[in-house]
Amino acid sequence: MSATPSPIGALAPEGGALIARPKSAGKGRKVPVSQRVTRIAILAIVLGYLILPLLAMLEFSTRGDVDPVTKQATRSLQSYAAIFSYPNLVDGIVASLQIAVLTVVGMLLLLVPTMVWTVVRVPRMRRAVEFLCLLPLAIPAIVIVVGIAPIYRWMGQSLGAVGGSPLTLAFIDIILVLPYSYRAIDAGLRAIDTATLSDAARSLGAGWPRTILQVIVPNIRGGILSASVLAIALVLGEFTISSLLSFNTVQVVIYLLGKRDPFVSVAVSLAALVFAFVLLFVISRFAPGADRRAQQTAEEPA
Amino acid sequence: MEIKSRVLTTLAAAVVIVAACSGSTATTAPASQAPASVAPASVPPASVAPASVAPASVAPTAAAADWKTATSAGAGGVDAVCAAGKAEGTVNLIATPPDWANYGQMITDFTAKYGIKVQSDQPDAGSQDEINAAKQLAGTGRQPDIFDLGTAVALANTAMYAPYQVATWADIPAANKEATGLWTNNYTGLMTIGYDASLGTIAKVADLADPKYKGKVALNGDPTKTGAGFNGVVLAALANAGSADNIQPGIDFFKKLADSGNLLPVDPAPATIASGQTPIVIDWSYNNGPQIAALGPKGITWTVVVPSDATPIGAFYNSAINKDAAHPAAARCWMEYVFSDAGQNTWLKGFAKPIRIEAMKTAGSVDKAALAALNPPAADPVMLTAAQTDAAKALLTAQWNFITIK
Amino acid sequence: MTDTPASMPAPSSSATAGPAPRGAGQSRFKGAGNYLALIPFHAYVGLFLILPTLFVVVGAFSDGSGQFTLDNFRTMFTTDVFIESFVKSLQLAAITALLGAVFGSLLAWAVVRGDPQGLLRQLVIAASGVLAQFGGVMLAFAFLATFGFNGLITVIMKNSFGIRLDMSWLYSMTGLAIVYTYFQIPLMVIVFLPSLDGLRQEWYDASASLGGGAWSFWRNVGGPILAPSFLGALLLLFTNAFSAYATAQALISQGCVLITQQIACQMSSEVVLGQENVGKAMAFGMIVIVSGVMAVYALVQRRASRWVK
Repeated sequence: MSATPSPIGALAPEGGALIARPKSAGKGRKVPVSQRVTRIAILAIVLGYLILPLLAMLEFSTRGDVDPVTKQATRSLQSYAAIFSYPNLVDGIVASLQIAVLTVVGMLLLLVPTMVWTVVRVPRMRRAVEFLCLLPLAIPAIVIVVGIAPIYRWMGQSLGAVGGSPLTLAFIDIILVLPYSYRAIDAGLRAIDTATLSDAARSLGAGWPRTILQVIVPNIRGGILSASVLAIALVLGEFTISSLLSFNTVQVVIYLLGKRDPFVSVAVSLAALVFAFVLLFVISRFAPGADRRAQQTAEEPA
Repeated sequence: MEIKSRVLTTLAAAVVIVAACSGSTATTAPASQAPASVAPASVPPASVAPASVAPASVAPTAAAADWKTATSAGAGGVDAVCAAGKAEGTVNLIATPPDWANYGQMITDFTAKYGIKVQSDQPDAGSQDEINAAKQLAGTGRQPDIFDLGTAVALANTAMYAPYQVATWADIPAANKEATGLWTNNYTGLMTIGYDASLGTIAKVADLADPKYKGKVALNGDPTKTGAGFNGVVLAALANAGSADNIQPGIDFFKKLADSGNLLPVDPAPATIASGQTPIVIDWSYNNGPQIAALGPKGITWTVVVPSDATPIGAFYNSAINKDAAHPAAARCWMEYVFSDAGQNTWLKGFAKPIRIEAMKTAGSVDKAALAALNPPAADPVMLTAAQTDAAKALLTAQWNFITIK
Repeated sequence: MTDTPASMPAPSSSATAGPAPRGAGQSRFKGAGNYLALIPFHAYVGLFLILPTLFVVVGAFSDGSGQFTLDNFRTMFTTDVFIESFVKSLQLAAITALLGAVFGSLLAWAVVRGDPQGLLRQLVIAASGVLAQFGGVMLAFAFLATFGFNGLITVIMKNSFGIRLDMSWLYSMTGLAIVYTYFQIPLMVIVFLPSLDGLRQEWYDASASLGGGAWSFWRNVGGPILAPSFLGALLLLFTNAFSAYATAQALISQGCVLITQQIACQMSSEVVLGQENVGKAMAFGMIVIVSGVMAVYALVQRRASRWVK
């Protein structure tokens, strides 16, 4: 994706469209015709513009060979099947998925305890943590790459196979995903009375790990889920840093493959897109109920 | 609740561990590679030797330490080199697309003959990209073992090569190799214009400036980073009253093309040619040539011409071994292969003129059919000397920055 | 990665703190121990974000041998090509931010006016979430599949209407703008939709009952309320487009046109003597611009959240 990936609602108040539910939902109100017409026109034009390239990708990737006799183009899924005939591509997909898992785990381990701690123990540091989490937005990925290339070179030379593995990209991807995941988890934490909950748990004798894992985390499931999906989408779409550090993640491989076999490149791009869309749709449709209620009483961000 | 959290924590830990483990094996393909890449570069080769040959076969083990610094095949000949190479398991190549001078065939034949797997990275990279990759990936085990560089980049980075003289060293004229074997000319071709015949007829470089070719002309690579791009500019220079000593007219010509919108800021590749994205390509004869056969079935009549308004220009590429190669024996085996008769003929079949062609013609080992099919015919081209290359490169580095979009 | 497990606070500090009351009851000494738990996070961000940025900033002000110099900036400001890259990037970012903001907000409005639990809304939001991430390589291929020589539209135009389209417009500023807008619109939807949600039905009704039509509502009520969030979203879109690299690189594989590509070129080209750190100077320039815009964004966000709950 472009260097700063989208904040799926994370920078809007309350965690944005993914988490928030509309306040006023009057179904019975009268809708003027002019408004309806305008609505449909807008939907047709803008959605049409957005859907067109997707349709083209579908059409392009399902082109079969031209029948030499009838000169008719045929439809076939051979481009999709061909994905598996490129070991580099499969390796790239696997590598990206592994990096995604590591990023999610690392991000959660880094953010959740830190954020809970700022809410419960050191509210003064909340601003500082927030600032640090939003800082990656002010520093484009290309700039980060310029500065971090020496560190990766050192890692590759000194730490051998592990240091040179694409999995080390998780380090940077965690940084890149901080702004969005921060907002998602923050929205979750604000919705529950974190301080009271944790005090209650602690006064009942729970240690901090148990408090966070068994008391806080289940209550912010929606925020965590949202943050994780954001992280996965970001890692799967990340190109700039991977390509400039010479790692073969899925986007880099698609890019390289595009010069050799555009059909397979388009096929795998569409497949990745559909995968991410289904994931996001299913998660937003089946978001845990507790958060839906909680969002209605979300306090205004400080 | 307690059990659930324990399960969750264990699961999370398991995921992390599995990811880390399978990650490291997936990216370092054969197991024998792993120990070699873990060995730090600063440790003297002798102590590294036993570890770097994992299935420790008896004979090569003692000699393995020497491959990193071996300057020739030595007493065991090519067989010994390649046996050691097979023990290493893989050779890392870069910028060797299958349809560039028949590298695809070369790789397949090499693996079939010696059992060494070829890892071919970034096929469409340019010469400068190869050097960058070697620097960025040094010590990781993924760095390229072999370079195939245009002359300008080759001369500028001699500190990165290991000297090696192949078995057929004597066949190569002195002017075409570095004295100790740091780099060797490998193959050449002629700079040509390839185009889709349905666009019209192109016979001269000057034809490219025709307004009807707006947004259709592509140069194969940035001239400051690739050999093909570099020589494309030289071709334009010769077509516009320039010379091997003065390529300024070439730069001016391309500036004109860029300003008029004729020049497309896109790297041509077989995919872009087949899709019609880049219907006119300035590239080597051994790249444009094979496209004729490849595009015929797709209904495109690809025509390749040596422009008539310029003296034919050719340039050698250069093979060199990375000093920090992760697989030194395999790299040397590859060098031996490409300079052997079989390797040279493979290049010949890819419409590239191999360096040993004269010696092979005399010895009668040249593939006659391929020689006859050389398209375009191997005329005697202008080739820039090292000094001229440096001067041209300086001009380009200072001035080649006008590629932009309106 | 090794830092993170340590982010669990040491049991001793929490044991002594106990279920302590927040605020006034805590002594400063106890408070100091609490800060320790935040060290892993700060160390991680310091190592992987602050340190690289420092490399860039220090490098921008150094010459090849590490001495302080302003030559990099001098070169940057006097070389036409570099200035042009900055200008082109800024232009592209501004135009696509505007286009994305306008059409994105229209789409968001159209979605908001529909059924809040409806399928359309959920589909659009999920799709926006994905498409906003969709830039870069995949987007370039999508547009080539649509408008390229063998693309859907080109083929349809050629076969059905006999029109041969000249497809090199994709490699112009116009083409880039159209491609960039493709991920700007969903981004706008995602960021702006909650603000539209915050417009209460009561306000619509109140305005209508006072005799105002749709135009009057937007001019007097909706517009002023939404202006800060709209502006904030616009700024976000701007930085997004300005920082983009993958999309331009996938389309324009040769040449260093936009400033992000220019920086990448400086990283990968052979170094001209005396100009080793010009790339870092350009990167520093980018930081300055993007930070400035984000600072304004933060201020605007604060204003915006006042009305839209």
